[in-house]
Amino acid sequence: VPPEVVRGKRAALFFAAVAIVLGLPLWWKTTETYRAPLPYSQISGLNALQLRLMVPVTVVFTRDSVPLDDQEKLPFTVVHEREIPLKYKMKIKCRFQKAYRRALDHEEEALSLGSVQEAETMLAEPQEQSEGSLTVYVISEHSPLLPQDMMSYIGPKRTAVMRGIMHREAFNIIGRRIIQVAQAMSLTEDVLAAALADHLPEDKWSSDKRRPLKSSLGYEITFSLLNPDPKSHDVHWDIEGAVQRYVQPFLNALSAAGNFSVDSQILYYAMLGVNPRFDPASSSYYLASHSLPHVINPVESRLGSSAASLYPVLNFLLYVPELAHSPLYIQDKDGAPVATNAFHSPRWGGIMVYNVDPKAYNASKLPVRVEVDMVRVMEVFLAQLRLLFGIAQPQLPPKCLFSGPKSEGLMTWELDRLLWARSVENLATATTTLTSLAQLLGKISNIVIKDDVASEVYRAVAAVQKAAEELASGHLASAFVASQEAVTSSERAFFDPSLLHLLYFPDDQKFAIYIPLFLPMAVPILLSLVKIFLETRKSWKKPEKID
Amino acid sequence: MAANSFRSRALTALAGLLALSFGSLADSRIEDQAEQFFRSGHTNNWAVLVCTSRFWFNYRHVANTLSVYRSVKRLGIPDSHIVLMLADDMACNARNPKPATVFSHKNMELNVYGDDVEVDYRSYEVTVENFLRVLTGRVPPGTPRSKRLLSDDRSNILIYMTGHGGNGFLKFQDSEEITNIELADAFEQMWQKRRYNELLFIIDTCQGASMYERFYSPNIMALASSQVGEDSLSHQPDPAIGVHLMDRYTFYVLEFLEEINPASQTNMNDLFQVCPKSLCVSTPGHRTDLFQRDPKNVLITDFFGSVRKVEITTETISLQPDLGIMESSNKEDQIDEERMEPLKYAEQLPVAQIIHQKPKLKDWHPPGGFILGLWALIIMVFFKTYGIKHMKFIF
Repeated sequence: VPPEVVRGKRAALFFAAVAIVLGLPLWWKTTETYRAPLPYSQISGLNALQLRLMVPVTVVFTRDSVPLDDQEKLPFTVVHEREIPLKYKMKIKCRFQKAYRRALDHEEEALSLGSVQEAETMLAEPQEQSEGSLTVYVISEHSPLLPQDMMSYIGPKRTAVMRGIMHREAFNIIGRRIIQVAQAMSLTEDVLAAALADHLPEDKWSSDKRRPLKSSLGYEITFSLLNPDPKSHDVHWDIEGAVQRYVQPFLNALSAAGNFSVDSQILYYAMLGVNPRFDPASSSYYLASHSLPHVINPVESRLGSSAASLYPVLNFLLYVPELAHSPLYIQDKDGAPVATNAFHSPRWGGIMVYNVDPKAYNASKLPVRVEVDMVRVMEVFLAQLRLLFGIAQPQLPPKCLFSGPKSEGLMTWELDRLLWARSVENLATATTTLTSLAQLLGKISNIVIKDDVASEVYRAVAAVQKAAEELASGHLASAFVASQEAVTSSERAFFDPSLLHLLYFPDDQKFAIYIPLFLPMAVPILLSLVKIFLETRKSWKKPEKID
Repeated sequence: MAANSFRSRALTALAGLLALSFGSLADSRIEDQAEQFFRSGHTNNWAVLVCTSRFWFNYRHVANTLSVYRSVKRLGIPDSHIVLMLADDMACNARNPKPATVFSHKNMELNVYGDDVEVDYRSYEVTVENFLRVLTGRVPPGTPRSKRLLSDDRSNILIYMTGHGGNGFLKFQDSEEITNIELADAFEQMWQKRRYNELLFIIDTCQGASMYERFYSPNIMALASSQVGEDSLSHQPDPAIGVHLMDRYTFYVLEFLEEINPASQTNMNDLFQVCPKSLCVSTPGHRTDLFQRDPKNVLITDFFGSVRKVEITTETISLQPDLGIMESSNKEDQIDEERMEPLKYAEQLPVAQIIHQKPKLKDWHPPGGFILGLWALIIMVFFKTYGIKHMKFIF
């Protein structure tokens, strides 16, 4: 065998070895999509997360509230835990940690005052309670602090007062009543069901009318005055004063739930999309309840809400009807005029119709100057704002005296309920986003994951775990902040613009690119390998023949 | 006596029971009807309308999209929920004999451009990348709200696309294409993030059915104007404007939609029958296997219209009026009128910078690989041919 042929064979084999051992892996590695490592196992673990919502309740017993031998047992702690039956993949357990203790001297003094409001003001001074916690004061059974027929009282600032009982099983009975009151003030099943409404399967009882606003970092509230007939009505409204006086305190009380910004505008010649009908019986015009849904769409395009901000916008419209259609009333399903003359649409806002006092037309010529009564208007708008945020009336236990909200329009434990609902909702959203990102990456192989996206995912997972821990230990404020961070990070990771896969190439295009590059190189190598193999096989067969 | 009274009591009890059961039956029937009305489970509607072709002779695609836009707006979807993408501006095209108009019927009966068209993506902004970004929500951070698809898991989305297409692709702007696999993947991404409740996809291009062949996400219903291997034809040319004004399939779909009003109960099966082969020459196709509900239960207004759910406000909060504030506000009005400051406007253009612009210093980059390789090749060939001794003359 001539040495050049041997050298040629060795060269061909060496070429083939380099191409296969070095070239193929190098080509594979350089053409794969870059994916920074993600914590897939932790993400799948989030689905099985058990949320434990702890509500710390301090129960304070005055001297004559319970029998003496029970009073000897104080102080101690009782835990009441219950699973919320929702058809959701995360198990949610509600845990009331009741710390029983005796009343301090100043508390005894306060609770022996004349009325419960005075008692409250005196009790509220020393410290401000942390979010999510409650205090229940148990007074003696025949105490004159509460009215005779009332068993308990729920105040506006995370305090409740309840009558004690002189009975052998005093602690058990009082414990059950305390749970009832605490549930009314913090967590009930419907609060959590409304929060998770978007994540639960649709069933007969989920009314999508009461659909509260989705949790967001901030909200934009716009007040608009619609004046379709400036020739007849010269409308003035002191919106700045009203916002400062009535709306701003409400928003300050809600400030833990997000950033709020308020703006206002006046629109002229803005009509409603529906023609009101004339009712000869009351000689007024009315809008029937089934035509209300068609009112909003034509007006919405003129509100300019999309230009305001990237946060969700809540629109509150005050409509002063034209002279030809005054007075205008809104009728409900039974045909009766609505007292507030207003309606609202979930996740959008509310509309109120303001009728001009007919006495104003008597003496003067047109246009008539109209000063809007901002108190009446703001009462309705703030009520609508509460409904849109999902701050519903609580389920009160029987024989309970309920003090309505103070001047801000919001009770502090209502804010707590909102924060509980929002935290759970945020955790559900963040978990869904992370899980769907992991599933997506499994299904579509062309998506690139850069390092900063991966770090956002890690941050989101850590925030979800931290929020769950904080909820289990009863720190509502930090849990809410952690849950917001989880949602922001997970949404930022999922919606990062770099995840857009434009790396899909149809198979025939892939062949068209690789064949001119690889075929000229591969054909000589393959053919020489085949030739070498055939020759060696022939040389093996030859000695056999001789033998 | 006792027997009589017993019998009469039994009879009254039976009558009462029957009345109760009828009452509850009636109630449940009303409840069933109410349930049926809301069975689609969506609370808001979105529409993404895309015209992908440019140049004057593709006038009909812009007219198609604008006609669908008009119908959808008429049936109740507001502009804030419509993403309209038009790849070229026909209304202001230099070849338009009637500027600021786009007609959809010959003899210029209907101007679909009008005064209140809100085009969100115009001309060169209509690209495959932007379309996919809108669908998946991965838009760059500064994008305004009108350019985003802010749908959630209770949104029904209508997606209408028109232009020139082929077997498995749709041409954008005559320079790039979107394949059916990319579109299917985009819908899967939308499904994973629950960005839609149900999706209706309508496409009016040649071989349109190939675009929906690869969908694999649930709750998608698709309609196309022609099958694979067939061309979609245009409807009517207008001698005054000089181009074809609409495509056949969209023309007949619009005729069908003209009879729909926000309260009508027409269902999807009627939409499938629109434009039979005798009128359209191509065979329209549809795909419903991914859709969970039966098409005969799906109302047209589930996708083409939108009705908001409203609730009467029955509660108010009691607020205390503050008389002191009202008096001081009157005084403030008077003071404000005296203290009127002249208004200043922000600088619109940095004129000084534009006028006195210095030429920008471009950074110097070393020559790239291709240039280096080319020169290396030339020098190598030169020295191979003429020998290494010529190097002395250079250095």
